[in-house]
Amino acid sequence: MTDKTHLFEYLLRLGDNALVLGQRLGEWVAHGPELEEEMAMANFALDYIGQARLFLSYAGEVEGQRRDEDQLAFLRDSIDFKNVLLVEQPNGDFGQTIARQFLYESFYQFQLEGLSRSTDTRIAEIAERVSKEIRYHLRHTRKWVLRLGDGTDESHKRIQNSFDELWRFSGELFVADETDNWAVEHGIGPNPETLSSRWNQFVGAALTEATLIQPDDGWMDGGGRYGRHSEHLGYLLADMQFLQRAYPAASW
Amino acid sequence: MKKEDWPLFEIFIRSRSGLSHRHVGSLHAADASMALDHARDLYTRRGEGVSLWAVESRNIAASDPAESSALFEPAEDKIYRHPTFYEVPEGVENL
Repeated sequence: MTDKTHLFEYLLRLGDNALVLGQRLGEWVAHGPELEEEMAMANFALDYIGQARLFLSYAGEVEGQRRDEDQLAFLRDSIDFKNVLLVEQPNGDFGQTIARQFLYESFYQFQLEGLSRSTDTRIAEIAERVSKEIRYHLRHTRKWVLRLGDGTDESHKRIQNSFDELWRFSGELFVADETDNWAVEHGIGPNPETLSSRWNQFVGAALTEATLIQPDDGWMDGGGRYGRHSEHLGYLLADMQFLQRAYPAASW
Repeated sequence: MKKEDWPLFEIFIRSRSGLSHRHVGSLHAADASMALDHARDLYTRRGEGVSLWAVESRNIAASDPAESSALFEPAEDKIYRHPTFYEVPEGVENL
């Protein structure tokens, strides 16, 4: 693979993670447990869609096939999506959304820290800006982990289940493959394997404070980055892409 | 947590350094820390401020509208309390 195809792949992964998680969070609109919390979710969703635009429009430029951010977002099939499995998992109850959000963003913050030192100045600039958004998300999400974990018996039980349920998707975040190795070699981004101990520490500290038990690392799911997705992504894309598929090039 | 458990908070924003905090609205939150988070999401999305205050509404003592005549009307006929008898020197802007 050439540098160009590696970089395109790398940007797609970053963009697709943001896009899919943004779409998921957007599903809370009109379903939130509280008006205020719904606004928070919608804000997070918009932050992610904004990030997806930055990464995907850059990806389109790198690819040089005259595909823009919209075409990459709305006209690819699920097998061409390179997001990790964690971000496509369904919202479930509010606690499950918080658990998913916390596991992912705990990783994302360290990834962004590495990306902000990228030799690719455009990636470095995007990461710098995005870091501020994620710092706030995490502050909010972490507090919810504590509230729900150390809350009522019911909230404790539910969010513990969610962490147990979602844990098997955390392994994929830290597996370095050919593209990651290329990125490390060229100073584009961090080696995901090196992020795992900090992630474990960060997540573990919050879980302990929330009186929750950190699940054991058992069998880990994976394959999202190669287009092998869970059944949930298809439904998500059907929702998200319907309009552009039914009315190609529609705009307003 | 039941919905009625969430108290109401009043939100104040300082729009820039040097100005005082102004009341902008109210919201529900489980505690003060969450109230600040929500205030950030509801009231400062367009760069409205540099500082936030959240005060639980029940901690605010308010005057009784029925007593407004006793409280405020005696001031109306005391025009000498208003600084209208002074000439404002030229060039003074914020008086």
